[in-house]
Amino acid sequence: MTWPLSYLSASGLRAAKVVPLTWYMLIVSIVVCLVIGIILWAAVRRSRPEDRAVELRDVPVERGGAGIRWISVGLLISALPLVAALIWTMVALAAVAGPPRNPGLILDITGRQWWWQVQYAGSQPLDVFDTANEIHIPVGVAVLIRLHGGDVIHSFWVPQLSGKTDTIPGQTNLSWIEADHPGRYLGQCTEFCGYQHAHMQFEVVADSPAEFERWISMQRQAAAAPTTPEATRGRDLVEYRCGLCHRVRGTEAGAISAPDLTHLMSRRTLAAGTLLNNPGNLVGWIQNPQNIKPGSLMPDQFLSAQQLSDTLAYLETLK
Amino acid sequence: MMAPELRRLAIGTDTVEHEARLLELWETRPGIGGFFSTVDHKEIGIRYVVTAFVFLALGGLEALVIRLQLAGPNLSILTPDEYNQFFSTHGMTMIFLYAAPILSGFSNYLWPLLLGSRDMAFPRLNALSYWIYLASGLFLYAGFLTGNGPNDGWFNYVPYASRDYNPGLNQDFYALGMVFLGISTTVGAANFIVSFFRTRAPGMSINRVPIMVWGTLTASVANLLVVPAVSLAFFMLWMDRQFGTHFFDPAGGGQPLLWQHLFWLFGHPWVYAIVLPAMGMVSDGLPVFCRRPLVGYSLVALATVATMILGFGVWVHHMFATGLPGLGLAFFSGASILITLPSAVAVFAWLATIWLGRPVITTAFLFFSSMILLFVIGGVSGFMTASVPVDWQLTDTYFVVAHIHYVLIGINVFPVAGAVYFWFPKMTGRLLDERLGRWNFWIMFLGFNLAFLPMHLTGLLGMPRRVYTYADYGGWGTLNLITSIGSFVFAVGVLLLFVNVVKSLRSGAVAGKNPWDAPTLEWAVPSPPPVYNFAVIPTVSSRHPLWEDRLGAEGGRSILDRGLLLASGKETIGTTGLDAEPLMVLEMAEDSFAPFALTLGLSLFFVGLLLRSWTLTGVGAASAAFALLAWLWPQRALDERERGRA
Repeated sequence: MTWPLSYLSASGLRAAKVVPLTWYMLIVSIVVCLVIGIILWAAVRRSRPEDRAVELRDVPVERGGAGIRWISVGLLISALPLVAALIWTMVALAAVAGPPRNPGLILDITGRQWWWQVQYAGSQPLDVFDTANEIHIPVGVAVLIRLHGGDVIHSFWVPQLSGKTDTIPGQTNLSWIEADHPGRYLGQCTEFCGYQHAHMQFEVVADSPAEFERWISMQRQAAAAPTTPEATRGRDLVEYRCGLCHRVRGTEAGAISAPDLTHLMSRRTLAAGTLLNNPGNLVGWIQNPQNIKPGSLMPDQFLSAQQLSDTLAYLETLK
Repeated sequence: MMAPELRRLAIGTDTVEHEARLLELWETRPGIGGFFSTVDHKEIGIRYVVTAFVFLALGGLEALVIRLQLAGPNLSILTPDEYNQFFSTHGMTMIFLYAAPILSGFSNYLWPLLLGSRDMAFPRLNALSYWIYLASGLFLYAGFLTGNGPNDGWFNYVPYASRDYNPGLNQDFYALGMVFLGISTTVGAANFIVSFFRTRAPGMSINRVPIMVWGTLTASVANLLVVPAVSLAFFMLWMDRQFGTHFFDPAGGGQPLLWQHLFWLFGHPWVYAIVLPAMGMVSDGLPVFCRRPLVGYSLVALATVATMILGFGVWVHHMFATGLPGLGLAFFSGASILITLPSAVAVFAWLATIWLGRPVITTAFLFFSSMILLFVIGGVSGFMTASVPVDWQLTDTYFVVAHIHYVLIGINVFPVAGAVYFWFPKMTGRLLDERLGRWNFWIMFLGFNLAFLPMHLTGLLGMPRRVYTYADYGGWGTLNLITSIGSFVFAVGVLLLFVNVVKSLRSGAVAGKNPWDAPTLEWAVPSPPPVYNFAVIPTVSSRHPLWEDRLGAEGGRSILDRGLLLASGKETIGTTGLDAEPLMVLEMAEDSFAPFALTLGLSLFFVGLLLRSWTLTGVGAASAAFALLAWLWPQRALDERERGRA
């Protein structure tokens, strides 16, 4: 079994520094519960009157021992693991809290109802690009993430790489991640944000440095012009209709209130992790998003069969 | 020392004529008029308890619907909107309309009996506190029933609660309802605090009051300090929504985080307010069945107060992931870890009480003693979330859902169920069925742990909370199914409690004055107690007035059968704050329609605000003012006859 959102193990530096502390606290907690449970059970068994049908008022009331030592000894024993946890907490906090001094990559990520906008900086304006819900990073590089609030509060969480940081309108929060080895790491919004809070996932894809360079140079390119008549008709439709919210760089579709579609086909999932990205799901999603993700800000499209196949023909060129 | 004027008051023993005289003075007249005008704390207490249990049942039904939706991956019994309203209403109901009011109910009923008094310090305020609780509960539920329930969780973060993202009436119902409910909490808290410092029986110095009284007092002081924060927050939210103010709107220079600070500044102390009195129930109930006094009374009382004081300094642990600076987080993290220590005092005191006592196993004992284990489980999971870096992973996963339910069910519902078994005989004169009680306990205990113990694992495997559906990542489906089954088993257990109450009301064994052979004052009066509680005012010399012959008296014997008669009006004795020396005769208010009328006026006022009908608002405000005028109209009978301090 795989637990893509579990944090009892880690695949990145920042998360890994917390895992031993989590296990320590978990084990202390379990031991405390067991010990208290056993004392409680033993206390009841040891002390209750032998005749179990005895009437309450027939059992004499006595002061017994003062029992204050129970409290002082108990407190002393409890204080030891507590103080250890306190110190370890401060050490771990210092190790993971601050953003890296020399990040190898800086990303601007904005939480929006109900998807993630990801912006890659570049040395020239044309190198800056947006993508959505799939974040590529080079392996072994500390990545600084600036988190922005697009509408309501969301929370950025990739359990295998890092704990949560909220995205809050009006302020910029910092987080950072660093992946040990290549792979896909699942992320999820963890601050309640409305109807589709459940379907607000993303993936962090850790690539080898060469792979990452290839990906980023590909992403920087604008969409290629369509070459078939279907795709051309499809592009016109996308510009006319989808372009009200979406952007496809290199076309008239230039709005930025929904995910950038320039390289839609390079992404593994659709609708923030709701569906796998394949032609069937894509058609279903375009035509009827309210059925798949009720309350989503994308309206149902009511396209004719012809329009739908043209649109699909064009979108499939957006690799 | 007694004030000289008080020396002239009649002292005597109880007689039939005396009781008849008191009954005439105190009795609420029968019928509908009496129902709406009574200020008897016992009647009000029972109404509180019954109303709170109705809300518990409603919140429970909502939880069961939620658990059906989550029983398997990708189910669609509820739409996302319905799910959001259900889980938000469930939280609102359990936290605001059940957990606190149920404790207010028990405290309202028990305080004067525990303290040797004839009523709370402000009987009409007491009635007002109940009526407003009921009215605001109905107000909040009117929203839910018309499809306008809260839909942003009980914590209600902005900006999602703001009008841009939440245009319906949902948030207006919630915001105004919470401001309304805040009035009830506030006046109730003030009444408890004054009652504590003024109405304890002569001789009941503050080191002789039951721990539950300490718990309720501490909770009341906290409420008085923090309820204004949340009332203000909800009022500001309503202003933002209706009048375009920008308290929380970053576009206008506002701060979304301001909401979180105001809310948790209230919210965390509130968590302690809804567990400390319940912990007090255990501290007072457990020793009765262990046949010995509580171990470490003074330490437990001090720990209660210490928990609350530290509890004011931990609210930011709900906000570790909001991007606050590390140094601040470290402070709140440390406070949150250290607050475990005063709680540990209570745990070891309870364990030692059982170990060093001779526990007789009754249903009440089972509820009280099992609570110790549930308290520890809820405590250690809280300890884990207190560590900032660990919490960055744990927070907003099902681990925290498991934690909050161990706290609220383990430390509130279980002690309350024990308290029902323990004090039901006092309230009704009949014992609950013990056989049914065992079924009741074991089904609740097993169902609860079946539902919520595996939920810790669900959280550790990463399932986020507040999602209306989920994909089946590595066994989430199985774990959720187990939780759903457990929650239905638990619901059956709670249902058995209700069944037992209904059955025993008719056919339960007659209890008599003191069925548990318990040591405190409430067991010295008949069951149910007469309307005036104590025919003669008792004089108290120890923590255990009814066990003195067996424990040996430290400072003389308490006198229960002879004392101040106070039968020349509706009177009780007022005593000094710390040592409880007689100070004055308190003239208690007669039954009055004013609290009910004031509540009706305020209800109109809030409905007017909700609908933005300024006419209705004005009519409501005017009726409320008129009711207040009638309430405050000077009455010669309420003038203190005895003044001056010795």
